[in-house]
Amino acid sequence: MRRLKLERLGWIFMRVSGFFLIALIFTHLIVNVMQDGGVHAIDFAFVAGKLANPLWQWFDVTLLWLALIHGTNGMRVVIEDYVYRINLKRFLLGGLAVSTAVLIVLGTLVIFTLDPCPTDAAANLLPSFCTAG
Amino acid sequence: MGELGVVDSFTVTFIVRRFNPETDSEPHWQDFDVEMYSTDRVLDGLHKIKWDQDGSLSFRRSCAHGICGSDAMRINGRNRLACKTLIKDLDISKPVYVEAIKGLPLEKDLIVDMEPFFAAYREVQPFLQTSAKPKKEHLQSVEQRERFDDTTKCILCAACTTSCPVFWTDGQYFGPAAIVAAHRFIFDSRDEEAQVRLDILNSKEGVWRCRTTFNCSEACPRGIEVTKAISEVKQAAIRGVRR
Ligand code: HEM
Ligand code: SF4
Ligand code: FES
Repeated sequence: MRRLKLERLGWIFMRVSGFFLIALIFTHLIVNVMQDGGVHAIDFAFVAGKLANPLWQWFDVTLLWLALIHGTNGMRVVIEDYVYRINLKRFLLGGLAVSTAVLIVLGTLVIFTLDPCPTDAAANLLPSFCTAG
Repeated sequence: MGELGVVDSFTVTFIVRRFNPETDSEPHWQDFDVEMYSTDRVLDGLHKIKWDQDGSLSFRRSCAHGICGSDAMRINGRNRLACKTLIKDLDISKPVYVEAIKGLPLEKDLIVDMEPFFAAYREVQPFLQTSAKPKKEHLQSVEQRERFDDTTKCILCAACTTSCPVFWTDGQYFGPAAIVAAHRFIFDSRDEEAQVRLDILNSKEGVWRCRTTFNCSEACPRGIEVTKAISEVKQAAIRGVRR
């Protein structure tokens, strides 16, 4: 019975996360790309500036987790559909789980710990805005 | 236009996917030219081939009037009953392709092994289960009857299940027809075992495999809104039955 409920949970999750992803993805695109200069205006300073703001940190982390789990569960369904050889299936599902876990951990770390101007780094490795102030 | 009372006739090319398990390792396509009338159906074409050209052509049919569910097949890539597909509704400037329905084991020519399909059907307990023993009729309001009217029309032809891409790749999936059969009793006010059927379909190979492609609704020769019935069973598995 436990397994049965999980399948239903996955189905509901795809819909609920899809609903929130619409808002998150479009906000993400509008804020990043619809500025003066479009996609070319995105540089390290722009990203560093956004990630210095706790609001954007939480926004980006929500988008990261929801999109990754949504995409992973979607790929799990596709693998369940098409792959029968049990070893290949285990390999693909395992690889999927590992890659998602790595991406979630790395992404979350970057979002919350990014320090654009580490104090102990050599000055020539730092972006120009670090010395501006 | 021909004379009054005379129906036009023309030559139709059928390309049929043949398979003889005793001699063939792979199915192959074979064409037949058949003289037909616009009032004929694909089933008549198959009869003419079998009776006049090649007696070895094998297919199932019984009623020939769209009620027994024997002759579902893929006609020009779509699941149809041969006995309900009129020649005049096809583009006969091109050949008409006829092959067995997909996703069930091919036995011979247009005949597949229907047992996996019926096994899934049996598994959802498609019969009335009630403890009530009324002396006269077991009453039900018009609205209560209307609730599951659509799914009473199924003739178990398998057109829906074998049009479903999830069923093609994953033969374990219950498939649309079994869910239609379950819907028929889940939403019947006289039945008492809706929850048992919902538990069966709330499983890994149950309703959650459905990806809402609508192939089943498009295929159903009885015009049942199959995809809608499946989504109603999904809702019932989430929120409980609302008859
Ligand atoms: C606009 C936001 C999105 C919405 C509304 C949305 C909605 C959905 C829904 C409802 C499903 C389930 C389909 C079904 O069960 O039949 C689904 C499946 C899926 N989604 Fe999303 N999604 C969105 C964004 C994304 C993103 C960003 C990714 C990639 C990271 C993604 C990857 C997938 C995959 C791989 C599937 C499985 C496909 C399949 O079942 O064949 N989706 N999506
Ligand atoms: S629901 Fe329609 S297509 Fe499916 S088995 Fe019944 S009659 Fe055939
Ligand atoms: S032969 Fe009975 S449904 Fe077509």
